[in-house]
Amino acid sequence: MTAIAAPESVPSPGDVLRARPAGFFHDLSSIAGRALRAVPRDLEGVIPSVFIALFFFLVNIATLERLTEGLPGFDYTAFQMPTAILLGVTGVSRAPALVLDVQNGYFDRLLLTPVRRTAILVGHMAADVAVAAALTVPILVLGFILGVRFEGGPLGVVVFVLLASLWSLAFAGFGYAIALKTGNPAAVNSSFLLFFPFLFLTSSYVPREQLSGWLDTVAGLNPVTYLLEGLRSLVLGSGWQWDELGAALLAIAVVGAVSMSLCFAALRGRVARG
Amino acid sequence: MRSPTEVAAIRTEGLVRRFGELTAVDGVDLDVPRGEIYGFLGPNGAGKSTTVRMLCTLLAPTGGRASVAGCDVAAQPGDVRLRIGAALQEAALDPKQTGAELLRLQGLLYGLPRSAMARRVAQLGELIDLSDALDRPVATYSGGMRRRLDLAAALVHNPEILFLDEPTTGLDPVSRASVWTEVRRLNGELGMTIFLTTQYLEEADELAHRVGIIDRGRIVAEGTPDELKRTVGSDVILARVEGDAASVCPVVEMVPGVQSVDVHGNELIIATGSGPATISPVAVALASCEVTVSELTLRTPTLDDVFLELTGTHIERDEEETAA
Repeated sequence: MTAIAAPESVPSPGDVLRARPAGFFHDLSSIAGRALRAVPRDLEGVIPSVFIALFFFLVNIATLERLTEGLPGFDYTAFQMPTAILLGVTGVSRAPALVLDVQNGYFDRLLLTPVRRTAILVGHMAADVAVAAALTVPILVLGFILGVRFEGGPLGVVVFVLLASLWSLAFAGFGYAIALKTGNPAAVNSSFLLFFPFLFLTSSYVPREQLSGWLDTVAGLNPVTYLLEGLRSLVLGSGWQWDELGAALLAIAVVGAVSMSLCFAALRGRVARG
Repeated sequence: MRSPTEVAAIRTEGLVRRFGELTAVDGVDLDVPRGEIYGFLGPNGAGKSTTVRMLCTLLAPTGGRASVAGCDVAAQPGDVRLRIGAALQEAALDPKQTGAELLRLQGLLYGLPRSAMARRVAQLGELIDLSDALDRPVATYSGGMRRRLDLAAALVHNPEILFLDEPTTGLDPVSRASVWTEVRRLNGELGMTIFLTTQYLEEADELAHRVGIIDRGRIVAEGTPDELKRTVGSDVILARVEGDAASVCPVVEMVPGVQSVDVHGNELIIATGSGPATISPVAVALASCEVTVSELTLRTPTLDDVFLELTGTHIERDEEETAA
């Protein structure tokens, strides 16, 4: 073991750096920067999502496209792309990393600094939005290769990616809530269970009109149904369909309001508990 | 009214922390002046870390008051955080960051200018002798290296007050001595106030200007190490016997020069004003009893003797029992 060495130049008391409040956005960018630097080191957290999305995008088209051939002018590839995008971005977050911070004490190290407590959470979420936007790229590229076109042009692509990223953020709030409430990685992984009702009790595979009985009723209550319809309006519709885009935004806002309330309450509890 | 330099670095009045039915800290009063190394000594579970977490604003007190660097920990936690650094019991590090990334992030969160960051990280790298390892992920560091990086993270903003919660627990003797050297340097050269919790008597004895002994959430004694040891006596005779130690206690107490006798298991801890003059009469007294003396030693008092006198248990033995 090497001994601690005396530094070459010891700063005099008058020459030393002193701490000062850095400001919310400075804190946020510092935390987000750390979260983004960690993504390439945690590729196992994002690669499976992209793989699953691409896999089901291709498999669903191959298995289900013929069933919709009877629908005039219906492009099943374009119909499936929003489903693939949501498969890719739903549940992608730094919540598993945050729960490890709680477990190994690094969260305390952050709390010892003058960082704004909300900036810790919002910084992670800002990184999540960037990661989710990046994850849409390979799925979009595959869609373009398979012939999907956006009626709204490049702006349509931007709105599509933005909606998907905001949805990813809204869903991520549940993971952060569980991470901060429990400090337990297994519990955070279990938040994946929410993924199934959201993404499968809806019009993921066939148009809403094809659903019947209880599934149609549940799909009507599922915010993801409106999100999918908004996304599909950008690749299937003719021009901007503001009512469907507005409903998609509202659906994200409703889910986001619930998940953010839960995760910020969990943050307050974690900070108060120490 | 006190001037800023006269404001105590740390002051608590009746500080309490309860966890449900358990009272972990039970009315702790502290007054640590600026520039002091204060040793907070006690066994596991005595309330040391809980006290530190309250003083560092990580845990809200459930009773009493505490101020650090003149700022109330409950009402002005942000002001407290700007003025303190802390290395908690377990090195609190992100294993996936490199050492340099971790220190830079610490600096950013403390609002240090980006232009000064590279120089500060290099300074700290030299300070903790990790310059060559700073670009490696923390996951590749040994336990000692992690402790040193944790200390550097606590020092990145040159805090006025440094909290070290059992900083040498688990370190080998060389690393422990290195930490001691660094603690003395920070205090001596930068005038940093250091609040150090420890379960090692030797550490408190070596480093602390004053020591507070905490047991079951209460401070049971406070003073300089010498003052505390003088409360036991000038010298201590330790007699280890085979047989009923308690039965010989009255006989030993009658020996001229003996100030007090504590029985702990098969040990008699005999306080005396003059060990060399008293040890022979004690040996004679023991020989007259129905016990076999397996060990008879004369030494100066230790903080463990103080702890034993105050609580009836050995701090170090208590640690061993806890570990077991």
